[in-house]
Amino acid sequence: MTEGLMISIYIFVLAAFVGVEVISKVPPLLHTPLMSGSNAISGITLVGSLIAAGEGHGGLSVILGFIAVVLATVNVVGGFLVTDRMLKMFKKEPQKKDQRA
Amino acid sequence: MSAVAALSYLVASVLFMSGLKMLSSPKTARKGNISASLGMLIAIVVTLTDEKILDYTFILAGLLTGSAVGVWFALRVQMTAMPQLVGVLNGFGGGASALVAFAEYIRISGDASLSVWTGDAPLDVLITLVLSILIGTVTIVGSMIASAKLHGVMRSAPILYPFQKQTNAAILVAAIVLGVLFVFDPSRWYLLVIIAGLAAILGVTSVIPIGGADMPVVISLMNSYSGLAGAMTGFVLSNNVLIISGTLVGTSGIILTNIMCKAMNRSLANVLFAGVGAEYDPSVQAVEQRTVIRYTPEDAATILESAQSVIIVPGYGLAVAQAQHALQELVNILTAKGMLVRYAIHPVAGRMPGHMNVLLAEANAPYDILMEMDQINDDFQNTDVALVIGANDVVNPAARYKKDSPLYGMPILNVDHARTVMVCKRSLNPGFAGEDNELFYNEKTMMVFGDAKETVTKLVQLMKS
Repeated sequence: MTEGLMISIYIFVLAAFVGVEVISKVPPLLHTPLMSGSNAISGITLVGSLIAAGEGHGGLSVILGFIAVVLATVNVVGGFLVTDRMLKMFKKEPQKKDQRA
Repeated sequence: MSAVAALSYLVASVLFMSGLKMLSSPKTARKGNISASLGMLIAIVVTLTDEKILDYTFILAGLLTGSAVGVWFALRVQMTAMPQLVGVLNGFGGGASALVAFAEYIRISGDASLSVWTGDAPLDVLITLVLSILIGTVTIVGSMIASAKLHGVMRSAPILYPFQKQTNAAILVAAIVLGVLFVFDPSRWYLLVIIAGLAAILGVTSVIPIGGADMPVVISLMNSYSGLAGAMTGFVLSNNVLIISGTLVGTSGIILTNIMCKAMNRSLANVLFAGVGAEYDPSVQAVEQRTVIRYTPEDAATILESAQSVIIVPGYGLAVAQAQHALQELVNILTAKGMLVRYAIHPVAGRMPGHMNVLLAEANAPYDILMEMDQINDDFQNTDVALVIGANDVVNPAARYKKDSPLYGMPILNVDHARTVMVCKRSLNPGFAGEDNELFYNEKTMMVFGDAKETVTKLVQLMKS
């Protein structure tokens, strides 16, 4: 087993523990934004997509990369934006009725 | 990877983790999300400077198309449709991971036309490559099916057929066997295509038997899969930021899946395979000849008028009737009269974890009166009125003692401990679990039949005058 792989496995296991610690402290109140926000974070696969789409050799690889960039960007942009839209609504004080509505 | 890139990815990972940590309070949550998106921006910008990138045409086209679609999705989605959107986004993430894994395979094969294999890939890359394609494809197809069911494009009732479990197991085993064959001889690229095909079938067959009200579990599980697929792709590319964020999301999805299962008192296996909600037979409740007393909104208003404390139990029926705004108006009126008014939110109220909170927040309900089940369940006994709107199974006392009931053991809200229970519902039809609700026949229960929005609006008018 290579040293690089060993480090990756360490990272994988430690990240899982961090995940459990951090996520279990999120109150049910915010579980929906948690899902959409963490979902946007999983769009990090975009990093891999960008390299595949830009390597410039091999038609198929670039096409796959391009589709992956589109999908992952929708995931990232849509995920973070919609999470922000939701979190904006969580207020402690009752607000004045929205006049535009 | 350059040292600068590696360190920037570390910064991105830290921003992701601290962003998720800030989600532990509604006060810091928005900053947390912004911090995580900043991490993403750093990761993307650093990647764009990678020396392996020779041509930016497709990258730019992809980023622009994806951003346009993402913005459009995020800004026009209704809060009631949030589960579908999160499902679709999960699917896209999983799909992207699978595609990246396949593109990486083409790169390491050494021949873009895949006719000769001159590549040299270590065992772990080949294994995680198969896993990434398998999990990623299940995620994108399964999420699309789940979203179609939630959006009403597909029938939301479970679709069952004989030997369903066995078929699914057989498909999974076949995919794994082909995966092993591929790892032994990675020149056989077509095996990856067949694995993706099998995974797509599995995505369909594993989600169609699951009913609409069990979708919170499926969406959470797909959330977890999309993270896992990303982590596997991280192993394929030896990219630590992918491994870290993929794993964080993977654990998050698993934790939420577990919370949902506990709230329904069912095992994950039961949710995935039992097809609950399939055999709903309307003739069954006709046998039950017990009578309930019908009350009018006027009767309800009279009782509410004299109450000191009210706990509102909203269910998904509230959202279906779009009565959240009217309900919050009622809450404002009652609060202005000096009553203690709070919401009691069951974990499975809604179509995804935390969904009801978002719907109420949209209706301007302040979050400090949105109480979790464990926080408020002991307060019902000191409460004058429990107002149940569009909820059923989560307040069914059969869950406490009726051992043969599908609800038995499920944690419920103790509305029957309140002095008066008001239930606003369209009919006496049983809830998703098909169990008749004897709360409706309890002598302190006032049944107010009708559309939730109409009833609540009527109550608002009555309480105003």
